[in-house]
Amino acid sequence: MKKAAIVGILFAAATTLAAQSSSHSARALHAATSVRSSVSSLPRFRFENFTTANGLPDDHVFCVLVDGEKVWAGTNNGLALYENGQWKTYTTADGLAHRAVLSLALDKRTGDVWAGTMGGLSHISAGRIDTYTQLNSGLSNDVVYGVSIEGDNVWVATAAGAGRLDTRTGEWSLYNERNTPMTEIWAYGVSAAPDKVYFAIWGSGLLELNQKTGVWDKYDDPDGENEMVLLKNQGLIHEIVTSVSYIDSVVWVATYFGDSHYDGRYWHNFLTKDSGLPSNFTNTVRGIDRNRAWFGTDKGLAYYDGTNWAVYRPALDTGKSEMTVRDASGKVTEIPVATAPAHSYVLGIDFQGSDIWVATAKGLSHGIHQP
Amino acid sequence: MKRRLAIAAFAATAVSFAAIWQPAAATIPAPDPDTYASPLELLLSPDGSRLYVLCQEAAEVRVLNPQTGHEIATIPVGRQPRGFSFSPDATHLFVVNSWDDSVSVIDTRTTKVQATWHAGFEPSSVVEDHAGKALFIADRIGNNITVLDAATGEERQTLEAGRGASYLALTADGSRLYATHVYPSATPHRTPPKSEITVIDPAQAQVIDRLQLPAIAGVFHIAISRDGRLGVAAQLHPKNLVPLAHVEHGWAFVDTLTLFGADVGRTVEVPLDELDRYYAYPFGVAIAPDKSRIYVSHGGSDCITVIDTRKLLAWVHVHPEPFAEDLSASAHYVLARIPVGKNPRGVVLSRDGAKLYVANRLDDTISVIDTRANRVTQTLRLRGPEKVSALRRGEQTFYTAKYSFQGQFGCSNCHIDSTFDGLQWDLEPDGFGRDIVDNRLIEDLRGTEPFKWNGGNPSLAVECGPRTEKYFWRSQTFDDLILADLVLYLRHLPSRPNRFRPADGTLTPAQERGRVLFFRTVDKLGQPIPQRNQCAYCHSGPKGTSQKSFDVGTGKPTDNTAVLDTPQLMSVALTAPYLHDGSAKSLEEIWTLYNPHDQHGRTSDLTKDELNDLIEYLRTR
Repeated sequence: MKKAAIVGILFAAATTLAAQSSSHSARALHAATSVRSSVSSLPRFRFENFTTANGLPDDHVFCVLVDGEKVWAGTNNGLALYENGQWKTYTTADGLAHRAVLSLALDKRTGDVWAGTMGGLSHISAGRIDTYTQLNSGLSNDVVYGVSIEGDNVWVATAAGAGRLDTRTGEWSLYNERNTPMTEIWAYGVSAAPDKVYFAIWGSGLLELNQKTGVWDKYDDPDGENEMVLLKNQGLIHEIVTSVSYIDSVVWVATYFGDSHYDGRYWHNFLTKDSGLPSNFTNTVRGIDRNRAWFGTDKGLAYYDGTNWAVYRPALDTGKSEMTVRDASGKVTEIPVATAPAHSYVLGIDFQGSDIWVATAKGLSHGIHQP
Repeated sequence: MKRRLAIAAFAATAVSFAAIWQPAAATIPAPDPDTYASPLELLLSPDGSRLYVLCQEAAEVRVLNPQTGHEIATIPVGRQPRGFSFSPDATHLFVVNSWDDSVSVIDTRTTKVQATWHAGFEPSSVVEDHAGKALFIADRIGNNITVLDAATGEERQTLEAGRGASYLALTADGSRLYATHVYPSATPHRTPPKSEITVIDPAQAQVIDRLQLPAIAGVFHIAISRDGRLGVAAQLHPKNLVPLAHVEHGWAFVDTLTLFGADVGRTVEVPLDELDRYYAYPFGVAIAPDKSRIYVSHGGSDCITVIDTRKLLAWVHVHPEPFAEDLSASAHYVLARIPVGKNPRGVVLSRDGAKLYVANRLDDTISVIDTRANRVTQTLRLRGPEKVSALRRGEQTFYTAKYSFQGQFGCSNCHIDSTFDGLQWDLEPDGFGRDIVDNRLIEDLRGTEPFKWNGGNPSLAVECGPRTEKYFWRSQTFDDLILADLVLYLRHLPSRPNRFRPADGTLTPAQERGRVLFFRTVDKLGQPIPQRNQCAYCHSGPKGTSQKSFDVGTGKPTDNTAVLDTPQLMSVALTAPYLHDGSAKSLEEIWTLYNPHDQHGRTSDLTKDELNDLIEYLRTR
């Protein structure tokens, strides 16, 4: 009831807030595709893949971040920077907190990059790396699954709750079971905007912090902590939330058992059985706007344009490149393609104009948009 | 015009309270006739008709006729102004007030303060970009560069700099901005210090490079040649890893320059000292318009070094590195040492390079040097007390290097601008690597005695007298009167404003939770905490010290004693690293790494967020 009461206020503020939280590159990709909801408008790419064979420090890529012409890849063996056609790798010898880089975020105002690793949070600024750990700073845990920048704040999702570093004052604020509705403290993802911050909590649903009021809200699976879906579109699809993307005042949520979309009033859930999602096991989600999003699953990269779905992957049986589309009627069509992402296990997504970059368990892929 | 209109509109509509930090008129007290001017920095108007003098103690900008020294105007600004610069068209003068965290915007035609904007944490230098869109401000304790909208004063962003960001220089074409730092970057314990020159693209307002300065701790002014091909920064190269007892072997400081840019081809460090004579505290730098000369002021040696740039570059290109410690090198490129007044700081050249003006901070004079003759031809005396007070004499003693062997260093070498240096020193002749001590802040010392980490010196007179003679200067020492003046000066050093303490005295929720933890007597299990394990027992009183010594389990095998003086807590957030030997890089590490048996306070029962609260409280002290 409380949620319903504030929906009107939230909706009224949506336009302004959306402008602040939207992704420029994501919009560029959207513009390059089409606003029309037709199968033919679904984007097509020529994928160029990077592995250790052509400069990547490790094939296991957890995350990818685009900064103009530069591309950062968080791998299992260092942070790689692709610039002017060449890869440069930052390691613990350069001051990186840990070799395994799980998450990346860009401070667009300064060009600095923040990297969440298995051993702390690293701040990369013009080649200098400063590291925050649970021993030398207020960081709650060294395993940093998610990081998001909002103004002067660096928000983190860690294996022991969430946190915020105010870079102006140096103050750390920690969020856990003691001061939020978080019943589990395994925070997997965070998406921060000036009005609200959302946290993906493994086993504890979706958490929302209203920055203006300081009030926390918790969104749970109305079916409880099981894999059955009895109440479709009545709430979050599952408690094991892995990723969240807040944009245009809507929340896109990924779980290991399907995905959700929440616009402040209505929930819409996606499962393989009634959508084009290639797998319910979703590692990451990136919303483009209120209606469109990209999903990284264990069985391929998926795009949803509000009506239709497209899936890009090497075929699970033959490994042959494939692209399939599913229209509103459920009709599935295979589109002939020559390339696909490096692997079907997708962990990270970012956009570069109309192109897409995809982090997978066996390489990093650059999807070059095809007109 | 655009800025004036914008400022007027801004003030009239009060767009943002936060952007107007404090109205200048409301906070600036009437000038005290007994206050020394203490000229720190100089600027010349583009036409050379006006000399602007930034007077630190007087908290004024004085506008002088550079020919006669006649005072044309006096402009009150904020507390402890530390840097100033013109707008590109010189219609405005920006002054950063380091203790007010503000920038005064002055109309140079009316010589009035038009606006006062909030600016960073201890702003120390300011530069406007050529486009007139942004003000870049180096924040000494913020460790960053704050970027303000040049029309409204609203903060746009902060750029991560190094520790103690203090001085800025913009290239003549406006394409690059360089920042230096008075405190060293964090390095692993007992390893050489390092610093950086932060390189900023003003158009993008982003840091694009960081020039590494290995072995360097305190870097002061930086200058760029007009053609943009040569950069020069003045700096301290400390030798803090070996016992200071080796002063007679030159093991204290080297005074050097960092050169960079296309003329050099790399970043290279060159010495300013000579084999048997040191030129301490290199501070101000100016490069002649034709690049033929480099001028460096020495705050500890009361002189100006004149360098032949052509010979310097030739030397750099011919000789392989490293030669920063080859004190015979300077004979190849130093042309002259020109005596000036006491504690010379900021320097400025006339547009034609024929005259060099030098601000002598501690005798309230401006030396005017004929750069062809390399001698002082005129000394302009600033308005102020004629008599040199005991306090002033003490400050002069603090900043001079004349008492140490071969003039190597003074008190201010380690207590930069009367603070600290962020270094750990091996002070006494008890063997290499024994009794390593972290340098402490020396503000508001009254009631914090005894001194030394082992509590061995009961008073400042002992601390600065026999001890200094024995371990530091290795030559002559102060007589009783000089020592009395020095102690007087030290006892009058005030505490800087605490930025973390809310102005109304009300603590934030996190600070208040931390305060409760600091003063607790029972742990979270309900067990009484032994008195000596309560934070507030040892760190008692208004300054956070019981003035007693304890063994809190932080002694190292290399220490002669584990019983250590309880350090005061004022401004503790600014003085990393921590513990007596500086082994804890952060406040957190005091408890996460160095308190395994709860001897340094009962903290093992605290959660991570409670530890954060405790730190938030400590930051208010």
